[in-house]
Amino acid sequence: MAVAVVGQGPLVDWSWIGGHTDDIVARLLHHVIFTLIAVGLGFVISLALSLLVVRWRWLYGVVASIAGILYTIPSLALFAVLVTITGPTVTTAEIALVGYTLLILIRNIVAGLDGVPRDVREAAVGMGFSPRQVLFKVDFPLALPVIVAGLRVATVTTIGLVTVSALIGMDNLGTFITDGLSRFFMTPVLLGAVLSIALAVLADVSLLGVQRLIAPWSRRPAGAAR
Amino acid sequence: MGGVLRFIADNRGDVLQRLLEHVEISAISLAIALLLALPLALWLGHNGKGGFVAINASNVGRALPSLALIALAVPWGGLKPPTVIFALVLLGIPPILTNTFVGVRQVDPEVVEAARGMGMRSSQVLGKVELPLAAPVIMAGIRTASVQIIATATLGALVATGGLGTFITDGLAVSDTASILTGALLVAVLAVLADAGFGLLERATTPTGVKLERGRGAPGTGPAGGPATAPAGGPAGIETEKERTA
Repeated sequence: MAVAVVGQGPLVDWSWIGGHTDDIVARLLHHVIFTLIAVGLGFVISLALSLLVVRWRWLYGVVASIAGILYTIPSLALFAVLVTITGPTVTTAEIALVGYTLLILIRNIVAGLDGVPRDVREAAVGMGFSPRQVLFKVDFPLALPVIVAGLRVATVTTIGLVTVSALIGMDNLGTFITDGLSRFFMTPVLLGAVLSIALAVLADVSLLGVQRLIAPWSRRPAGAAR
Repeated sequence: MGGVLRFIADNRGDVLQRLLEHVEISAISLAIALLLALPLALWLGHNGKGGFVAINASNVGRALPSLALIALAVPWGGLKPPTVIFALVLLGIPPILTNTFVGVRQVDPEVVEAARGMGMRSSQVLGKVELPLAAPVIMAGIRTASVQIIATATLGALVATGGLGTFITDGLAVSDTASILTGALLVAVLAVLADAGFGLLERATTPTGVKLERGRGAPGTGPAGGPATAPAGGPAGIETEKERTA
């Protein structure tokens, strides 16, 4: 039944797209803002937790397990449960989105800080750096490539998850998909899908550019053995 | 919580059916993804071919928002379960492909050399040396794929009625909190169980020799897995990375 409806007419109704440019721009912008808030907040929280973890190692198991279980929960389930608690608000969506960034970011920040060679830190201490100076002038710059790699994964992941938040009433590119599906109208479905994929690819490529810019040495020949 | 228990008690048959549908759709999709990705990746890894594609598959897979992927499949597949399965297979392939390839390539070249020197045929090297040594990394990929498939199968309820997602979408539509919580709770439990189950398999398939070496403090084998490095070309640290797009 529905298949017949789906099959009718041309796949893409270009005039519909032309008539909805305002919607497209607004939802694209919303999508970007949703993502930036989630990754930004997630990064601040992850950074704080990672610094605690680096100081008190035993915390890592606890933090990683909690973030890991959070990460495993299907997004629609988490969004839906949160809606029953905090209502269909932007806060609800952001709580879930921030939660999903934690595992990736914490893991990469800790790995980045762990990867700083001991000799380099010792040399810095020997040169009279205070602990704060060691952190900001040695640890962070050297850990940055791994941290940015984590930001890249977290950003791309979040862009996909923001789409799902349309199901709890958030207005973003996912709204085109849910709208279209509920009306068996494929043009907005395709539009939402293509735009969110394009946004994810664009974010991925730009952050890859940043990664290479700040750490040109991290670029290895393809297929190099570890 | 009481509401959830009452909902389950009142809709026992429905809950069981949706649960079974969810497991069925996920299992079929994982099986197809395995059939497609595993042999290909083993062959590529064994022959050292197609590294760029195999390694970047997981990056591309991650960039595909799951809801978008399901939505994209609708115009061609219609609003039917096969459409959902098609999308789930596509989501399941990248982690299996990348991990299998990386797992096989990671095997110490000297070990492979030694196997050849002992007179093993190419197929024996793959089956008796490379596959066992790559098994934990391959299992990690299957684990990632399974969790992702189970999560995304929830979204399948938007396209074709069925699976635990139906309780969530129906519940959201009529503001039935008990229905939402039941669906969410069951699917979350299913995902966590699959993650834990495949985690155990990952450990079980780790060859004893590899475990011993880890015990001696080989780097980068902590229980939390390696960092997500979204590689720029090298295979560094992607093998145990979890993914989430649903």
